[in-house]
Amino acid sequence: MSGGSDTGFEFSVNRMSAMVRRYWYLLVSSWPRLLDLIYWPTVQMLMWGFLQLYVSQNSGFFAGAAGVFIGAVLLWDILFRGQLGFSISFLEEMWARNLGNLMMSPLRPAEFISALMVMSIVRLMIGMIPVSFLAIAFFGFNLWGLGFALVAFFINLILTSWAVGIFVAGLLLRNGMGAESMAWTIMFLFLPLTCVYYPVSVLPHWLQYVAWCLPPTYVFEGMRALLIEHVFRVDLMLEALAFNVVLFAAAAYAFTRLLESARVHGSLLQAGE
Amino acid sequence: MDAQTSPAIAVDSLVKRYKSALAVDGISFRLPRGSIVGLLGGNGAGKTTTIAMIMGLVTPTSGSVSVLGCEMPRQRYQVLHRMNFESPYVDMPMRLTVRQNLSVFAQLYAVPDVAERIATLASELDLNEFLDRPTGKLSAGQKTRVSLAKSLLNRPDVLLLDEPTASLDPDTADWVRARLERYRSEFGATILLASHNMSEVERLCERVIIMKRGRVEDDDTPARLLARYGRVTLEQVFLDVARGQGERREVAE
Repeated sequence: MSGGSDTGFEFSVNRMSAMVRRYWYLLVSSWPRLLDLIYWPTVQMLMWGFLQLYVSQNSGFFAGAAGVFIGAVLLWDILFRGQLGFSISFLEEMWARNLGNLMMSPLRPAEFISALMVMSIVRLMIGMIPVSFLAIAFFGFNLWGLGFALVAFFINLILTSWAVGIFVAGLLLRNGMGAESMAWTIMFLFLPLTCVYYPVSVLPHWLQYVAWCLPPTYVFEGMRALLIEHVFRVDLMLEALAFNVVLFAAAAYAFTRLLESARVHGSLLQAGE
Repeated sequence: MDAQTSPAIAVDSLVKRYKSALAVDGISFRLPRGSIVGLLGGNGAGKTTTIAMIMGLVTPTSGSVSVLGCEMPRQRYQVLHRMNFESPYVDMPMRLTVRQNLSVFAQLYAVPDVAERIATLASELDLNEFLDRPTGKLSAGQKTRVSLAKSLLNRPDVLLLDEPTASLDPDTADWVRARLERYRSEFGATILLASHNMSEVERLCERVIIMKRGRVEDDDTPARLLARYGRVTLEQVFLDVARGQGERREVAE
């Protein structure tokens, strides 16, 4: 039997892997859950892919910028599905009324969050890998051909998705299922502001300052630079990483404060509405 | 007092206020190690909030709680691996099989030799026939036995039970009580039992704490409570306290 620590900063890979195992059992026990991971990314990829085909046949610019839309939708899905994978795994505990069992166990918040991060990657891979191959088959767009740039894009997008997921988990702990809709919709705030489908220069001047405070903006600008100008902008990736560090630290701090507040207000006992 | 000799649970001047509502109003009690104590009270008496503060799920407004010498919730990670609980207000994940659920919790509690421990509990609690069935497909009685198995996985020194036999038929409830008695006698565990079932408390508990409106109204052995209130059953004592007749009876006497 393991001992306990005074601080709660102790990290056990064993406890984290127990939680990953718990989510894996859940995922493989339910084919609708698995289908859901692939269904919507496929629909989106097909829709934007065909739109890109149509536009490129009628515009010289888009003919020379092959894959901008389809690349954008695939990277957007990393951001969106990454957060959703994190938040849904957390919501599963609330739906199952299992949060009390976990909070009473020796599981530390950092271990719980790490398990949710692992599961967000697992869920993302189950959805994105087949869709990326369908993009090759249908439109000749090879996401994997982006090589090292894809790694940089992925790291930055997944860090943002985790930061948002951690903040949403804190809101759910503090406010119960009343905050559930935040888990599904919060990332859509990023859709117009991070300029997924258009350059930052399109935004009003004052809104561009807001856009440049969000790490994914740098990733989508970097993607366009790569696909249109064939230049990999390392500077943009480093700036995104710096903003991600700040965002992640802010989300972790907010989560800690919301958890403390939940203990004070007794919200952990009433994880319902 | 050091961690080895301290009471299993020590509650001192504990207060919990939610905005204008006073859920727990300055209660104090100590549970010696190896004791089995009932926490009685009507709805809204403050039992669940008290247990939640003992578990470290709720931060007290003032006062203190310590478990096995560790202050809650500040030092909870020193002691959570030595505690466990069972409550009708939480469930085990429904889609996972009983074996999967138990193995996940065993890993969270760092239980050595998980397979053997699950086999032992399955045998003791009669879980073998549905060990590989999804937990959500079990009857209420079977689910309670699974929850009980989860609460005993780590052989806890302190076991908190909130309505452990709620929604069970009399036969299953009696069966659960027998298992709890056996566990306590074998391992010397401390058990705090919140219940509305007076016969259960009478049978299991050597001491009863009665709460009303966030306060401890009485705290004694079942025999002394019966004698003091001049009653035959704990249910009658409970009703006297709940209806405020206990004080009148004592004054009259």
